[in-house]
Amino acid sequence: MTKDECKKVVLDIIADIAPDEDLTAVKPDVRLRDQLQLDSMDFLDIVMELRKRHGIEVPEADYLQLASLDSCAEYLTPKFNALAAKG
Amino acid sequence: MNSASHYDVAIIGAGMSGLAAGIRLAHFGRRVCIFERHNTVGGLNSFYSIAGRKFDVGLHAMTNYVRPGVKGTPLGKLLRQLRIERDEFALCEQKQSRVTFGARGEVSLRFTNDFAVLEAEVARCFPAQIDGFRRLVGRIKAFDDVSLDARPVSAREIVRECITDPLLEDMLFCPLMYYGSATEHDMEFGQFVIMFKALFLEGFARPFDGVRVIVRVLLEKYRQAGGERRMKCGVQRIIPREGRAQALILDTGEEITADHVISSIGAPETEKLLDGGRRPPGGGHPEAKNVGRLSFIETIAILNRQPAELGWGSDTIVFFNDSLRFDYARPQAQVDPRSGVICIPNNFDYGVGRALPEGIFRVTCLADYDRWAHLPEEAYQADKNRWFTEVQRSARRFLPAVDDLALAAATVTTDMFTPRTITKFTGHLNGAIYGSPVKNRQGRTALANLYLCGTDQGFLGIVGAMLSGISMANYHILQKG
Repeated sequence: MTKDECKKVVLDIIADIAPDEDLTAVKPDVRLRDQLQLDSMDFLDIVMELRKRHGIEVPEADYLQLASLDSCAEYLTPKFNALAAKG
Repeated sequence: MNSASHYDVAIIGAGMSGLAAGIRLAHFGRRVCIFERHNTVGGLNSFYSIAGRKFDVGLHAMTNYVRPGVKGTPLGKLLRQLRIERDEFALCEQKQSRVTFGARGEVSLRFTNDFAVLEAEVARCFPAQIDGFRRLVGRIKAFDDVSLDARPVSAREIVRECITDPLLEDMLFCPLMYYGSATEHDMEFGQFVIMFKALFLEGFARPFDGVRVIVRVLLEKYRQAGGERRMKCGVQRIIPREGRAQALILDTGEEITADHVISSIGAPETEKLLDGGRRPPGGGHPEAKNVGRLSFIETIAILNRQPAELGWGSDTIVFFNDSLRFDYARPQAQVDPRSGVICIPNNFDYGVGRALPEGIFRVTCLADYDRWAHLPEEAYQADKNRWFTEVQRSARRFLPAVDDLALAAATVTTDMFTPRTITKFTGHLNGAIYGSPVKNRQGRTALANLYLCGTDQGFLGIVGAMLSGISMANYHILQKG
């Protein structure tokens, strides 16, 4: 998985959690919280959807890694690839 | 097929909060079953049919309404958490509502879903109080009302720091108390804030087809997520062992187990399940002080014309009180007709040319459970009839005058519920629809894997009930992985 594909995965999840947000112009290097109305309940849902849909675990200590799309991609892409390698 | 004997989560009660908790848990892969004693879902906000005509119970209006695009409010959170599209509820806004005090409603504050209307009314009727009112609104907006560990404070005390006219104070408390307070005379400030936002800063709306639209959406989401439910199958006992709910005994006598149990039936009611129903609620029961004291009656008249044709076309909800001081307490008689709430469901804005097929005129007043509970059937029916007339007459003082005969001629049928009806269909002790005066924000109980949601967790109204189920499912189960 590439980092861009990983960002797409995260955006797809946000689109389902928060269908009332406009995601067409999300800046990858800006904190999601600063450009979208997402609260702690929504972030918890991103984590839970990652687990449900993709089997990716994000421990609570790592939640900060999900701050922006760029940081999501940095943090999650290796996890996706490790999971794919395991088959 | 719903006959497994072990679940990840068992939920007691298929009201709004139980369904919302169930949707969250099932969506995230938990094996969930909701056990409901009644044959319909919705709990305190449900509906029933008589002779093919559907009646809503509970819901006068859905509170917490905000227009599309307004974010960060309870309605938005609830829709997101349950993956519901706004349009699925198809909410229609109120026209206008009023709080009206005095023998003939001499002082009236109008409000709509635009808060500026109420603010202007306060400035008009209470010019000396408007600065204090604005200060109060500032404190309300700044208050964290969804905190699960806020310290309880008296709302009266805080309101009096801002508002010095007792009439305005009571006029603000009246609707908030009627729409959610389980405590007499005063409210906890956190509850006051939730209700103030829900009614005044947000607002009223209703689906054209009433509460059943909301119930249907919830049921469908729950089903799609894979949740199970067993109807006409209540939980009779919770078997505690080593500080945990070890098993549930169902009305059928069957025994089931679950890793977690969420009870939406109320705190003292849940306590009773732990006792196996051996200790009576009331006399000598250590939890008796936590059983709510406030119950209600409601009269419903179905009219063969739109209420507008009787001159009742503008008000959606009217909170009335026939003197200048408001007394929110268990009445000293079967009913206290001095104050109450009128709801005319026809007066929501359903769009051009769209009107409910019949007129509906509902009135709610405070009632005393004990004076209704044990009447022999004949006396019960006679008292219902007597109070029906009395309550309607009291309420009509605050609406444009309609001749008795004209109203009788327009009335197709009537129905009425009493505190006894509430207990019969919802299991709430004392017919206390707002539950216990003691709220338990974290929903913890004496047992480690048994949690409360719904009325006694303390988020109020329909939206609050759903958020309660969501919060408790998140907090106790989903966040723990």
